[in-house]
Amino acid sequence: MLLQVDGLRKTFGRRTAVDGIGFALDVGEIVGFLGPNGAGKTTTMRMIAGYLEPDEGVAKIFNIDVAQDRRRAQERVGYLPEGAPLYGEMTPWSFLRFVAETRGMSREAARHAVRRAAQDARLGDTIDRPIETLSKGYRRRVGLASALLHDPMLLILDEPTDGLDPNQRHAVRDLIKRLGEERGLIISTHSLEEVEAVCTRAIIIDQGRIVADKAPAALKDEHGSLERAFAALTRGEERV
Amino acid sequence: MKKRPGLASLAATYRRELLAYVTTPTAYVFVAVFLFSIGLFTFQIGGFFEARRADLTPFFAFHPWIFMVFLPAVSMRLWAEESRSGAIELLMTLPAPTWSLVLGKFLAAWSVAGAALLLTLPLWVTVNLLGSPDNAAIFTAYLASFLMAGAYIAIGSVMSALTQAQIVAFVLAVLVSFLLTALGLPLVLDFFSGIVNGAVAEGIARFSILHHFDAAQRGVVEFRSVFYFVSLIALCLSFTALAVDARRGG
Repeated sequence: MLLQVDGLRKTFGRRTAVDGIGFALDVGEIVGFLGPNGAGKTTTMRMIAGYLEPDEGVAKIFNIDVAQDRRRAQERVGYLPEGAPLYGEMTPWSFLRFVAETRGMSREAARHAVRRAAQDARLGDTIDRPIETLSKGYRRRVGLASALLHDPMLLILDEPTDGLDPNQRHAVRDLIKRLGEERGLIISTHSLEEVEAVCTRAIIIDQGRIVADKAPAALKDEHGSLERAFAALTRGEERV
Repeated sequence: MKKRPGLASLAATYRRELLAYVTTPTAYVFVAVFLFSIGLFTFQIGGFFEARRADLTPFFAFHPWIFMVFLPAVSMRLWAEESRSGAIELLMTLPAPTWSLVLGKFLAAWSVAGAALLLTLPLWVTVNLLGSPDNAAIFTAYLASFLMAGAYIAIGSVMSALTQAQIVAFVLAVLVSFLLTALGLPLVLDFFSGIVNGAVAEGIARFSILHHFDAAQRGVVEFRSVFYFVSLIALCLSFTALAVDARRGG
């Protein structure tokens, strides 16, 4: 099993962000995390990526416990944080080199990996321009490239298409689909249309719990549309 | 081919951090201000020429005081900026041991301090033109000053790991640096001797940066002073790593 998550729990002060999340993921699956803001999607992803330690529960990547053996697990994950924070003064080239070398690649391997990831993420000639001068779409692609550098089997992408224009979104979705053929992916998104377009499975999270875990088509059959499914299953703050 | 993971990430962090210093104007401004103030103190207040002695005592005497303000300005961005921009999330999801990131950043900031010190070398040349100073003593004092700079940077590194705001990191680092420096001053010692007896006050003074830099700036290498600075650096960097790792707890 590529990823096995069991009973993950995380509280911040008195607020329970994630309240017993469990699921499994296999190669070839593209899972879409859906849910209102504050539902616990990002916290869950952060725990799987080894940025946060769970209060309870385990996440195992290829049977390696992320909390117990963090670095070995992290070697097998590519992670795109929400908003794709990057070092603005660097160029994509030097930034990706930095990530590759921090991951322990030799200079030669790093150069090779950067070239391949830059190509996969379609960075084009932006590779030599300071990141702070790039558009949001290109910055997101640099973040994507950094997640792909070591060719991981598991990719966790937090809102990979947020803030992109329709063309860019289309390009990133194509990339996600292509990557999903021989890897496992988790993406979080607010776009239901995106889930339909790229995901093989939708996990709807509300108030830290999984309220649905099905193929998008099955959710559609049950509720008529994904919008209705989302509205019926989650208690958004907007609907008082 | 994989290198040893810790060393690879240390080297990569060091290079990245150094690049950040040399590609942004702030480091140059800080170094310029440092050189300006060290010149001002040495010549105007220290009475370098009036002393009519070919040595650098008036120069080194001000190092703790100038470092105390200058180095927190260099180290304040180390971790605070990472948390503010969110890049820390990226850093901490790379399979790198925390110590390698802490050490890489520290060494980069320390290198900036070293570069600033190197830029004062014309002063050393000057005293040699004016007279015949004890060059071995000056060399020792430079080494001690560099080591002391490392201690201030390490203090700044802890403070930077505790906050997202660079300015808060700066103020805290100046404050802690001042306390640790001035423990050896009569002003502070008298305060302590009011509460505790003389021997204890004397003991407290032994933990001050000033106390340990004092002998060194006259050219005397004392093992315990080297040990003091190295331990202070190690202690502060350990606290930095703890503070950085504490983030995983949420």
